[in-house]
Amino acid sequence: MGSYLPLVIVLAAGGVGTVVLVLFGGAILTWVREGQVWNSVFRHGIPRDRRTRAMAVLSNVFLHLHPVAVRKSGIRLSFTWCMGGLTFFLFLAEVVTGVLLMFYYRPVVEYAYVDIQNMRAKVISMGLMREIHRWGAHAMVISIWLHMLRVFLTGSYKPPREFNWTVGVILLVLTLLLSFTGYLLPWDQLAMWAITVGSNMARATPLLGHEGPLASFLKIDGVPLVHAGSDARFGLLAGTFVGPNALLRFYVLHCVFFPVIVSVLIAVHFWRIRKDGGISGPL
Amino acid sequence: METLLLAESTAESLKGVINALCEPAPFFIISCIALIVFLVGYRTFTRPAVALTIGAAFTLFYIISAFDPNFAAIIKKPDNVPITIMMFSVGFCTWVAFRQAAINDERMERGEPLIEAGSDDKVLVWPDLVYTELIALTLCTAVLIVWAILLRAPLEQPADPSVAPNPAKAPWYFLGLQELLVYFDPWIAGVLLPGLIIVGLIALPYIDRNPRGNGYYTFKERPFVISTFMFGWVILWVVLIVFGTFLRGPNWNFFGPYEFWDLHRLAALLNVNVADIFWVRWMGRGLPDDWMLRELPGVFLMGGYFFILPVLLAFTVLRKIYRQVGLIRYAIAVMLLLWMALVPIKMLARWTLDMHYFLAVTEYFFNI
Repeated sequence: MGSYLPLVIVLAAGGVGTVVLVLFGGAILTWVREGQVWNSVFRHGIPRDRRTRAMAVLSNVFLHLHPVAVRKSGIRLSFTWCMGGLTFFLFLAEVVTGVLLMFYYRPVVEYAYVDIQNMRAKVISMGLMREIHRWGAHAMVISIWLHMLRVFLTGSYKPPREFNWTVGVILLVLTLLLSFTGYLLPWDQLAMWAITVGSNMARATPLLGHEGPLASFLKIDGVPLVHAGSDARFGLLAGTFVGPNALLRFYVLHCVFFPVIVSVLIAVHFWRIRKDGGISGPL
Repeated sequence: METLLLAESTAESLKGVINALCEPAPFFIISCIALIVFLVGYRTFTRPAVALTIGAAFTLFYIISAFDPNFAAIIKKPDNVPITIMMFSVGFCTWVAFRQAAINDERMERGEPLIEAGSDDKVLVWPDLVYTELIALTLCTAVLIVWAILLRAPLEQPADPSVAPNPAKAPWYFLGLQELLVYFDPWIAGVLLPGLIIVGLIALPYIDRNPRGNGYYTFKERPFVISTFMFGWVILWVVLIVFGTFLRGPNWNFFGPYEFWDLHRLAALLNVNVADIFWVRWMGRGLPDDWMLRELPGVFLMGGYFFILPVLLAFTVLRKIYRQVGLIRYAIAVMLLLWMALVPIKMLARWTLDMHYFLAVTEYFFNI
């Protein structure tokens, strides 16, 4: 019996809590919402009528990305597929899990792989965070493609939304780059060789890659300017192969550089939706 | 017992047929034909009953295929799971979009209002939109957690620069581009074409001057732009990703979906350049030493393709578009379209004529 005691206590407490919530939940909520603390945070009453509902959106820094009212047909699920929103949610999930992962991960060749192994073996919740982070990244790549497909097929890139489409295309590229730079961090065979294959393209860049067209013309007194130790691939990997410098570089790009740019562009993207007339619809 | 053996041999021969159909040329051509048939008959194919039948048949085929050990080994690879998800979600979303396009197009023909009509009907963001978002957020989180519990993300052996895997593959979303490496030099497949995809997407709203189809699903009002986009997106992106992931094995050789990835399979490399065909086969002599003379046929071919064809198109097939968008927009659009078309052209030339390069200035890394 003794070993069941905690379970009994938890179940009893849960039961009592549920009963209290069912019986007095509404009253408690009303009491909280009428108090000074609630009203200092939310400067409006309970959103029950038109005015307070409008205030709920207007007076909230996050919600005010939305207009107060939207076209009914524009928010149908069959019209938007919620794909842009899902991409944003997935980005948030990536930020949250990514920050947690950074506590347990060192971008050094000696530790990177072991850190991920340890994370899985010793900190169960972090193992789960790692899986969520990886699958979330794949899901984000798919959802942003489908978002683009939806925007294209509804003709929503047409005037006046041309510029926001451009911002969206850049966000799409940045999403792929975020996923690509993150791919290296586990520092396993899959990571190293995928990045080797991917970054090999850079050495074929015209003018800037040592195996690219026209690069051989760039020389001073017969000494080539663009060689394996100075070309675009070298700039990407901070070396001539995927090694310790590349790991550090990709880590910084993945955790700081790209997320900051993406965050700024997401803000621009959302703001422009409103400025360009909200969710698109027949003119 | 005998019926069992018979069933097994039938299954084996069926697998052989499917393996053969999945070879590069048939796979690509069948995909193209499927897309064209779908776009022509979009009103029929998007009817719920028809679409459901097609979807169910494909799902059934996929599930039965998973019983094959070689196919199962590919699709069960953790990082390939997103590709299965992508295939089904792209199929579903394409259906949702074209179904509404079909309904809208029929309504417009009858003079009825669109699905999206009633632009004055407004609802408050709180609660109508905020609650939808909350539900989407919750579902999204739940799906992610369940996915993460059911399927562990891949963690292979520690990185070792001295042990290269075969095949070495880029992340799955770049595998379409890696597939292009078979047909083009790295600077085209890995730098120029991705660059043109980005530039082309950004340029799209400035090139497409058709004012109709803004803010609602339709196909009839913008068939050219939608067909081009769907060709680029479904065939040149999604199909090539599926191709690069599922059908490319060791040494980047082709393997059917039910074939064992044999490390020692040999593939003959018999590719020839346009210069070889012209000078050796047709003129019956050796290649000229001077590269300028040697590549004259290639220069004519590519020069004609990129500089004379646009002019001819402007007076014939694309006449309407040229009039609509003007010289500068037409020049940009036609260049993007020609580069896009060069991809399937080169692929087909490779498969049918063993074409290596149309234009091969190997001396300066300039080969197309």
